[in-house]
Amino acid sequence: MKVGALKETFGGEARVAVTPSSAGHLGKLGHDVYVESGAGNRAGFSDEDYRKASVTVCQTAAELIGAVDVVAKVRQPTEAEIRQMREGQTIISFFYPAQNADLLALAKEQGVTAIAMDMVPRISRAQKMDALSSMANIAGYRAVIEAANNFGRFFTGQVTAAGKVPPAKVLVVGAGVAGLAAIGTSVSLGAQVHAFDVRPEVAEQIESMGAEFVFLEFDEAAQDGAATGGYAAPSSPEFREKQLAKFRELAPQMDIVITTALIPGRDAPKLWTADMVAAMKQGSVIIDLAAEKGGNCDVTVPDERIVTENGVVVIGYTDFPSRMGAQASELYGNNIRHFMTDLTPKKDGVIDHNMEDDVIRGATVAHDHDVTWPPPPPKVAAIAAQKPKEKKKAPTPEERRAAEAAAFKAETRSQVGLLVGGGLLLLLIGLVAPASFMSHFIVFVLACFVGFRIIWNVAHSLHTPLMAITNAISSIIILGALMQIGSGSAWVVILGALAVLMASVNIFGGFLVTRRMLAMFQKS
Amino acid sequence: MEYGFTTAAYVVASILFILSLGGLSGQESAKRAIWYGIVGMALAVLATLFGPGAGNWLVSLIMIAIGGTVGWIVAKRVQMTEMPQLVAAMHSLVGLAAVFVGFNAQIELARVMRARMDGIDQIFHGFAALLAEKTSAEIAMLKIEVFLGVFIGAVTFTGSVVAFGKLSGKVDGKPKKLPGGHMLNAGALALSVLLGILYFTGAGPAMLWLILITLLAFFIGYHLIMGIGGADMPVVVSMLNSYSGWAAAAIGFTLGNDLLIVTGALVGSSGAILSYIMCKAMNRNFVSVILGGFGGETGPAAEIEGEQVAIDADGVAAALNEADSVVIVPGYGMAVAQAQGAVSELTRKLRAAGKTVRFAIHPVAGRLPGHMNVLLAEAKVPYDIVLEMDEINDDFPSTDVVIIIGSNDIVNPAAQDDPNSPIAGMPVLEVWKAKQVFVSKRGQGTGYSGIENPLFFKENTRMFYGDAKDSINKLLPMVD
Repeated sequence: MKVGALKETFGGEARVAVTPSSAGHLGKLGHDVYVESGAGNRAGFSDEDYRKASVTVCQTAAELIGAVDVVAKVRQPTEAEIRQMREGQTIISFFYPAQNADLLALAKEQGVTAIAMDMVPRISRAQKMDALSSMANIAGYRAVIEAANNFGRFFTGQVTAAGKVPPAKVLVVGAGVAGLAAIGTSVSLGAQVHAFDVRPEVAEQIESMGAEFVFLEFDEAAQDGAATGGYAAPSSPEFREKQLAKFRELAPQMDIVITTALIPGRDAPKLWTADMVAAMKQGSVIIDLAAEKGGNCDVTVPDERIVTENGVVVIGYTDFPSRMGAQASELYGNNIRHFMTDLTPKKDGVIDHNMEDDVIRGATVAHDHDVTWPPPPPKVAAIAAQKPKEKKKAPTPEERRAAEAAAFKAETRSQVGLLVGGGLLLLLIGLVAPASFMSHFIVFVLACFVGFRIIWNVAHSLHTPLMAITNAISSIIILGALMQIGSGSAWVVILGALAVLMASVNIFGGFLVTRRMLAMFQKS
Repeated sequence: MEYGFTTAAYVVASILFILSLGGLSGQESAKRAIWYGIVGMALAVLATLFGPGAGNWLVSLIMIAIGGTVGWIVAKRVQMTEMPQLVAAMHSLVGLAAVFVGFNAQIELARVMRARMDGIDQIFHGFAALLAEKTSAEIAMLKIEVFLGVFIGAVTFTGSVVAFGKLSGKVDGKPKKLPGGHMLNAGALALSVLLGILYFTGAGPAMLWLILITLLAFFIGYHLIMGIGGADMPVVVSMLNSYSGWAAAAIGFTLGNDLLIVTGALVGSSGAILSYIMCKAMNRNFVSVILGGFGGETGPAAEIEGEQVAIDADGVAAALNEADSVVIVPGYGMAVAQAQGAVSELTRKLRAAGKTVRFAIHPVAGRLPGHMNVLLAEAKVPYDIVLEMDEINDDFPSTDVVIIIGSNDIVNPAAQDDPNSPIAGMPVLEVWKAKQVFVSKRGQGTGYSGIENPLFFKENTRMFYGDAKDSINKLLPMVD
């Protein structure tokens, strides 16, 4: 099949759906790859780069659409583009079917198969083609860079000869993919990061990224993210009040606020109200990643950078991924290529549009003169339901002290018991055994003691050499044979000689093999 | 004067032995420690040869020369994978030597006693002179010591021979028992104690009793170890190690030689601690290991859902190329397939590509305590990336790829999840917490304990079937 990428027509869009590297992978699937001339210019890929990757460059969009079977795009297609397509052709791009009913109807009428990259279901298998996540990741990263660019101070705290600089305080609202990326980037720049999310189960993820989870005392039955496919759901008015109160408390302290809260299929919730903006310090920066859906902040103007009266910068750009065109194209290109891999299971360049497959079914919004959106629920649940976690009660200091005291007592008791028992046993032996035996016995007991002490310290990895060396030195029994060999009958000499022979095999063999082993242990 | 010199040499030798074992606490100090051991041994042997009571030293020197050459050749030739067998074989030699020395003590004792009974004031040389000075209470004690030395030595001898056979594959590794099972052992033990009492009281021919005791002990050693399966060999070998030490100590008492006592006690406690560590690592009672086999199942094992999914070398290589952190878990299967060289090469390549590669070693991996460490060291894997279970278990959740090479029970999640599992409660490597797990395995069989491993059915596990060495070699060219 022939796969081709159109040049994006949307103003300011820098991304492209196929990169030279993803074209290489598509080629391996058996597809011929086409690209419209200049499509990759703004992402840093020239037509020449594409040609080097055996991609055919078409001069116009019409020529490309005429030549290929599958059209790949980033932004949703325009009506004009769909109209140019013929029956049986496939368009693969962001589509937003909920907002674009007309476009969907048009695709149905034209008999075009439309695959919406924004509709890829959120299951483990489909993560590699989840373009929303890969774009959100870039948006989160870029949001922090944008904030740093507009913030007149360091992110990291420093103590310099000229004075001390406190670290910037960053608040990330909404810990989805974008939020987590923003947390990671801010932490690595050295900022002190706080993060909030309505889903309590992400607290762990937030903390794993190095941020502090803003904890909200609230008794509402915690909603389970699994029920909503891992996305947030609207919260109750009481919860919202509590949340806003918390934000009001935090607002004056924060230098950077990055809001990423979105609820699927709705306008973005207003979480950062005008009075919070007014309470912030001069020079603070708000990045509203939800600007496209109306913004989480009251004062956000989509696609604008504004400065409020009290000197707070509010940025409402909606094109963060596009601002990192090369990176975004690379990842989006890979998402497309992974989707194509699923579409061509035999890697023979023949597309098998398997509507039984959860992922393909979910992403296909128009197929074969039919609107196939919304899809039926996937057969595989997106995320395993959260098991209710048992809270381990931290022992109070008194309890801990009591436990320690009890353990100490038990240990003392067992030690004293052993000592008394052992002592009695020794006394008993002493009663019957001759004095010469007892003097040797003292040596024996002490040697056991020393042995136990030092063997516990032997490194685990040296247990085999330990065995070999103890083997060698246990041949000390040779001394006994040596002492006996000189006295008495022929039998004694023969047995003694044999014992000496065997023990010396052991001595030499044991030490030598230990040396061989130890010599092998090397440091990297 | 001369006697004082010998004792002084013994004191120095004891201290050197203690330093030698203590030096094994680290890889670098161990290289020095071995010399302490060698010098200590040389000192002890020389002091005895030239000390009082020794004679016939020409025979002694010839025997040492022959034995030394044999030992030298064996140590040079042995493969690192054959270490368990070698160690077992060497234990058997110590055991047999202890038996012979015990016999000698009895022969000499009989001679001295006969002379004493006849009232001849004969002048004895060497060891016999020592015996001649003993009081009757001391001689009674001596008999107990001879009994212990001979008995433990004999058990060590046959036990080690059987362990050697099992480890080298010359004897079937499955636990086998004669009809009667442990009752036979108990009966033999009771009979030996009875004969021991006869020997002690001096009724009848003492030498005959001693030989019968030896034969019974031979049987116990043989039957006991035959009843223990291959995977429990780490415990068995360390137990035999301990026995050889105790036998030496018992002989030391017989001969009144403190150096033998000290060394025997050191070796005995070393083996005892190793056995304890091994048992702990398998969450099993020492007694139950020695009595052989796994205990009866306590209930039906939990049902395992899912299926084992196979993967080819391409898939594994792709995952490795994408991974940042890799942990390799080797087991006995790696030793069997002689795959350590290939594994080392893979490690080198992955590390050269800037990935973190580490090894996770379970205490009972392999057939000898520390077996895996030695094999990896042989293949030139640096020891600082080879970690113990406790050091690495917390890191699995942040690991991208885990490769399991020929290990099974030590990575079985049933030990934690399924209270009915025969290995429930055994500490295991929590590999299933990693993002992806590849299991290199010959086929679909179960491990030593004969239980299914739910790990192989987990969603993030892929089975990489085939001989471990071939499998890893196939990966090598694909990893960049």
